Amino acid sequence: MSAKPSAVNSFLLPIFTLAQRELVRFFRQRNRVVGALAQPLIFWVLFGAAFTETFKPPPAFEGMSYREYFFPGTIVMILLFTAIFSTISIIEDRREGFLQSVLVAPVSRLSMVLGKILGGTLLAVLQGLLFLFIGWLSGIPLSPGVLLAVIGMMFLIGFALTGLGFLIAWRMDSTQGFHAIMSVFLLPMWLLSGALFPADGVPSWLGWIMRLDPLTYGMSAFRHVMYSRESIPGLPSLGLSLAITAAFAVITVGASTLMAGTRSTGDLH
Amino acid sequence: MAQQGGDSSIPPNVVEVDGLTHRYGERLALTNLSFSVRKGEIFGLLGPNGGGKTTTFRILSTLIRPTSGTARITGFDLITQAHDVRRSIGVVFQAPSLDKKLTAYENLMHQGHLYGMSGKALKDRILHLLNRVKLADRANEYVERFSGGMRRRVELAKGLLHNPQILILDEPSTGLDPGARHDLWHYLGQLSREDGVTSLLTTHYMEEAAHCHRLAILNKGELVALDTPDNLRAIIGGDVITIQASEPEKLQAEIREKLNVDARLMNGVLRIEQAAGHELVSRLGSALAGRMESMTLSKPTLEDVFIRKTGHTFWAETADDTAQNGAKREKVRP
Repeated sequence: MSAKPSAVNSFLLPIFTLAQRELVRFFRQRNRVVGALAQPLIFWVLFGAAFTETFKPPPAFEGMSYREYFFPGTIVMILLFTAIFSTISIIEDRREGFLQSVLVAPVSRLSMVLGKILGGTLLAVLQGLLFLFIGWLSGIPLSPGVLLAVIGMMFLIGFALTGLGFLIAWRMDSTQGFHAIMSVFLLPMWLLSGALFPADGVPSWLGWIMRLDPLTYGMSAFRHVMYSRESIPGLPSLGLSLAITAAFAVITVGASTLMAGTRSTGDLH
Repeated sequence: MAQQGGDSSIPPNVVEVDGLTHRYGERLALTNLSFSVRKGEIFGLLGPNGGGKTTTFRILSTLIRPTSGTARITGFDLITQAHDVRRSIGVVFQAPSLDKKLTAYENLMHQGHLYGMSGKALKDRILHLLNRVKLADRANEYVERFSGGMRRRVELAKGLLHNPQILILDEPSTGLDPGARHDLWHYLGQLSREDGVTSLLTTHYMEEAAHCHRLAILNKGELVALDTPDNLRAIIGGDVITIQASEPEKLQAEIREKLNVDARLMNGVLRIEQAAGHELVSRLGSALAGRMESMTLSKPTLEDVFIRKTGHTFWAETADDTAQNGAKREKVRP
C-alpha cells in the first residue's frame, strides 16, 4: 500500500478535486453555461422594462430605477439557479454510478460535502461576476472596493444556497423530485427575499413570511454591500444579515455532512 | 524457518467475516454469513442472482451497514474503522463508476486525489496502470467514447490506483470479451503471486469461479459450501451422466427398474452421479438404445456441486436469466 498521505492532503485534496470536477464538467456542457445565465438576464431585462413606470421606490431607495433595484435580486437568482444545477448533479452522479466510488474512498464526509459545495459556489460566483460585468456595461455603478465586497457576498450566499441544494438532493432519487421542490420551495424563497419587491407596504402576514425567509438576510446583506450603505431603513441590519446568512451556510453544511455520513441502501440508486 | 512464532507457510487472514446478516426491509438477503480470506488469495463468492453475493459486496466495500454481524478487513473493523478499511481496499464496481465527461487520465487523477495521492508519484502510477490495462494510448480521450470493455479496464485501474492490499470486485468480467476476461484473470493471478494482493470477487459464471483459489457458494443468502474448486468437485465423488430424452419420466423409471440406479430429473434432463461412470454408460446405452437424444459423461462441474448442495439447478430460480440459462446449458452436448 502506498504511504499514508498527510492529514492535510487527505482532507484538502478531495475538496480540491471534487470542486475542480464541478468546474470542468460545467465548461464541457455548453448548454449549461448558457442556461444558467440566460434566464436571469431575460428576467432582468423584461421585469426592468415592465416595472420602470409603476415601481415606486420606498424612501430608503429614493430615486432608484426598478432595473437598479432588481439587479442584486437577479444576482441572487443566478446564485440560486447555479446552486440548484450543481446539486442536481448529485442525483445524476448517484444514478450514473460515479458517487459510489466517492463513497467507498477514504474521504471524510465533511471534505466530500465541502468539495461539492465549493465547486457549485465557485460556479455561482463566476456567473454572478459575468452578470455584474453586463450590469456595469449597462450603467450600474460599481467601484473596485464594492466589487470585492460583492464577490465576498456572492461567495457566502452561494455557499449557503449550494449547501441547501445538497441537503435536498442527497436523498432524492429523481431530478423531477428536485424540480418540484424548486417550484414550491426554492423559487418562493427567492421571490419573498426582497429580491423582486421591497417589504415596505406588503400586508403584515406577508411581511412575516419575508422575515422568516433566511434568504431575506442574504439579500439584505447583499444590498448593503452593493450600495455601500451602513444601514437601510426597512431592511435588517448588516450585522444581523451577515450573521444569519453565515449561520444558514454552517447549518446546511453541517446537516449535509451528517446525512452523507450515514451508510444506507438509499445511497445505491 | 517459522517467522515471528507463526507458521510462515500459512498466510494471515486479511478478511474475517463473522455472522453477517442483512435485511432489506422485510426481505432477508443474507443470513449469518461467516468466512475468512487469506492474504494473496483469490476468493470467489459464487451464487445465482439474489443469492446474497451483491449484498456481501456492498457490505464489505463499506457502502451499506449489515443488520447484524461484523467483519474485519486487514484487522480494521468494518463499521467502527471504516476510514482505515477504505484505505486498504480497492473497489471495482459492476455498475460504471467513471465520469464520462472526463478523460481516462482525468478519472484516475481524480481518484488519486480522493485517496490523498498527488504529484509525480500519482502521475507515474496512473501511466503505469494505463499501460497495464493497455489503454496508455487512449489516456486523453473522454470515457464516453470508450467501449464497454475499455471502460471496465479503466474501472480496474481505478480500483488498483492506490495500491490496495485487497481488491473487492463485483462481477468483474461482466461486459468483457473472452480475451479481456482472460487478461483480467491473468492480472489478478499476477497481483496475487507477485504483490500478495488479495482479490475478493462475486461472480455467477461457473467457468470463471473455477479460477478462484477458494469459493464460497451462496444460495438464498446462505453459505452452502466453501472450499477449493477441486475439493468442491470431489464432493460428487465420481462422474456425472446426463441424459436427454423425449420422455424422461419413463426413462427414469426404467433405469431404476432395469439397472437399479437412481436418476434425478431436473429441467427435463436426467442426471446420474456415479463413480466409474463409463461402465454405467455402456449399460445404459444397451438398455435404452434408441430412446435417448443424447447422453454425456463428464467430470463433475461446480454446477453439479451447486445442484447437490441446494437440490435445484443454478439458474432455476431466476426467470429473467433464461437467455443466459440456455447459453450455459449448451455445455452439455453429446
